[in-house]
Amino acid sequence: MSANPVMAAIRRHSTLLILTVGLLLLVGLFELIGDRSLGRTVTEALIRVVVVVGMYIFIGNSGVLSFGHIGFMAIGAYATAWQTCCPRLKPLNLRGLPDFLLDNTFPVVPASIASGLLTAAVALIIGVALMRLSGIAASIGTFAFLAIVNVVYSNWDSVTGGTGSVVGIPVYVNMWVALAWATIAISTAYLYQRSRFGLALRASREDEVAARAAGVNIFRQRLFAFVISAFFLGIGGVLHGHWLGIINPDEFYLVLTFLTLAMLVVGGINSLSGAVVGVVVISALIEILRQFESGVTIAGVEMSLPSGVQEIALGVLMLLILIFRNSGIMGNKEITWPWKNGAAPVRDETT
Amino acid sequence: MGYRDRGMPLARRPPPRFFVWPPPPQPSPVKGEGEESDGRKPRVMTLFFQHMIDALSLGSLYALAALGIGLIFGVLRLINFAHGDFISFGVFALIVPSTNVVATMFLGALPWPLLIISIIAVVVILALISEYVVFRPLRNASPSSLMVGSFALGFVIQYTLLILYQSRPKAIGLWSDLNRHIDIFGLRVPQLQIITIAVTIGLLLVLMLFLKKTSYGLQMRAAAEDFRMARLLGVRANFVISLAFAISGLLAAVISLLFVAQTGVASIRMGVPLMLFAFIATVIGGMGSLVGAVVGGFVVGIMSVLLQVFLPVDLRSFRDAFVFFAVILILLFRPEGLVQVKAAKERI
Repeated sequence: MSANPVMAAIRRHSTLLILTVGLLLLVGLFELIGDRSLGRTVTEALIRVVVVVGMYIFIGNSGVLSFGHIGFMAIGAYATAWQTCCPRLKPLNLRGLPDFLLDNTFPVVPASIASGLLTAAVALIIGVALMRLSGIAASIGTFAFLAIVNVVYSNWDSVTGGTGSVVGIPVYVNMWVALAWATIAISTAYLYQRSRFGLALRASREDEVAARAAGVNIFRQRLFAFVISAFFLGIGGVLHGHWLGIINPDEFYLVLTFLTLAMLVVGGINSLSGAVVGVVVISALIEILRQFESGVTIAGVEMSLPSGVQEIALGVLMLLILIFRNSGIMGNKEITWPWKNGAAPVRDETT
Repeated sequence: MGYRDRGMPLARRPPPRFFVWPPPPQPSPVKGEGEESDGRKPRVMTLFFQHMIDALSLGSLYALAALGIGLIFGVLRLINFAHGDFISFGVFALIVPSTNVVATMFLGALPWPLLIISIIAVVVILALISEYVVFRPLRNASPSSLMVGSFALGFVIQYTLLILYQSRPKAIGLWSDLNRHIDIFGLRVPQLQIITIAVTIGLLLVLMLFLKKTSYGLQMRAAAEDFRMARLLGVRANFVISLAFAISGLLAAVISLLFVAQTGVASIRMGVPLMLFAFIATVIGGMGSLVGAVVGGFVVGIMSVLLQVFLPVDLRSFRDAFVFFAVILILLFRPEGLVQVKAAKERI
């Protein structure tokens, strides 16, 4: 037992440290390798970390499955496009925007924050309605929300450019920017789940009636988590837009919902480490399959898998995990300091 | 429109469209206008019946799909997101796997009675396999795991179709002569719409007889009411659940045929919007109630057509958003749906 307060703090918060330092090392490694296309994959994975950790803040802590979160990504992505995109094209393509957006171009960082806040505000409004629902009904409600966002953004031509893409969003997101946001997302999720709000929400996940009896206002706790969660989804959308430079409403629909849910389920839906591990594992898997789809040469024979194998493999993996290891890779536990005589064992709030 | 026209002088602004009542008659979404006016009947009435038939035939498809989803929800508390992909699968079973734009018929080349039977068989088998491979091992999982599982299954089916048939939509000329219009009391109506409505009513009657009059039907209703109690009284769980999947597959196959005959196109995601609307129909009707699913299907169909007709032009493309919004409203103000079932309440 060390009396050193610093060491004690490190042990106490080992989950947070391991996750963030782990990602940092990963990014450092790929920076050294310096392969451009690998770098893009890593950036994409880090953006997905922001997204999936954002989803975890609500889904993991509340136990309410949401199909609507990717809709928040769309809202964030378009919000940043309105603020930062293409001053010359905006008056032509996005005529319906209010004047202050049409006439000005804002710097990217305040624009990201503003987009995240807009998304959170939307979540607050629809959350007041949706968070009153329970279980299956809430999931259905979020699904309806996703569909509404898709229909509105696909058809509101004067503001979103309809189903045509918005092109020319400044591209500035690289590994390090994405890593910074991933670290912020993970830290927030970590602090939240250890706060009294997080604990109250997790209690309601385990037993709604008991939590209510213990004085937890489930509606308020869920709403709070929903809003924080939406903020990071909005940021995820922002990063996605500034990473790719193009956004399109159909990009933020069922396929991405499926992919991100797969990451969450495979990693383990009830733990923060599970969310991060899920993203890393699935992204690696996708990258490998992508290589195979574009063709590899094994022992002099050119082989390539047909496109679509990626999604099938993901779907099958997801089903296998659901059937054989319902709690995901991490089994509802957080990654913790592995040494036995560590002080202050991290509370296993899950299971 | 919107913020930009704030500075416009009042006189130049277009009059608000919202407050024109009664709204001007609009062309129906399915057929071109002008075919129907033969001068004999009052135009308004003709239009009204045209829209009614549109609404009923659209509602029929939704009702059948909603019933397929509702049956499975009843016995398993599973929201089957893969149902739409069962429908797409039925469509693609008609044609030979290839990358061509115009499809070569495979099962679709059979004479029509055989064709119908074989497509039904294919989709029923797919549904049974799904049940056996995916949902049976998940029998005791939580509703959200089941939802995620069906979501994953749907994607597996969808992308299997993608590998086999490629992503480009294909033209399929199945029973194209059914799209001819026929005259009923001065109305020119596509034959297919009448057939759709008739087939739906027929199927609903048969299904009702099956559920009310046979022992299997009784078992299914008992299972939907209270699954555990039914098992204790000797209902075999596996049998009832398989039966529900088989009937659900049958309904999906019928939708495949009706839908592809209407659209003439096969694309790998074609079942998804149908599934979404059917899903909404089950919510509106009341989760777990079969009557509710059918009622919900027709309500959604009628609502879509009415919105299409009465929404101002600017808002018409947002029609589906209004339909989805209705779901949230229903969930909030009448969470049990239009037709309430006692067993659907979540118990402590």
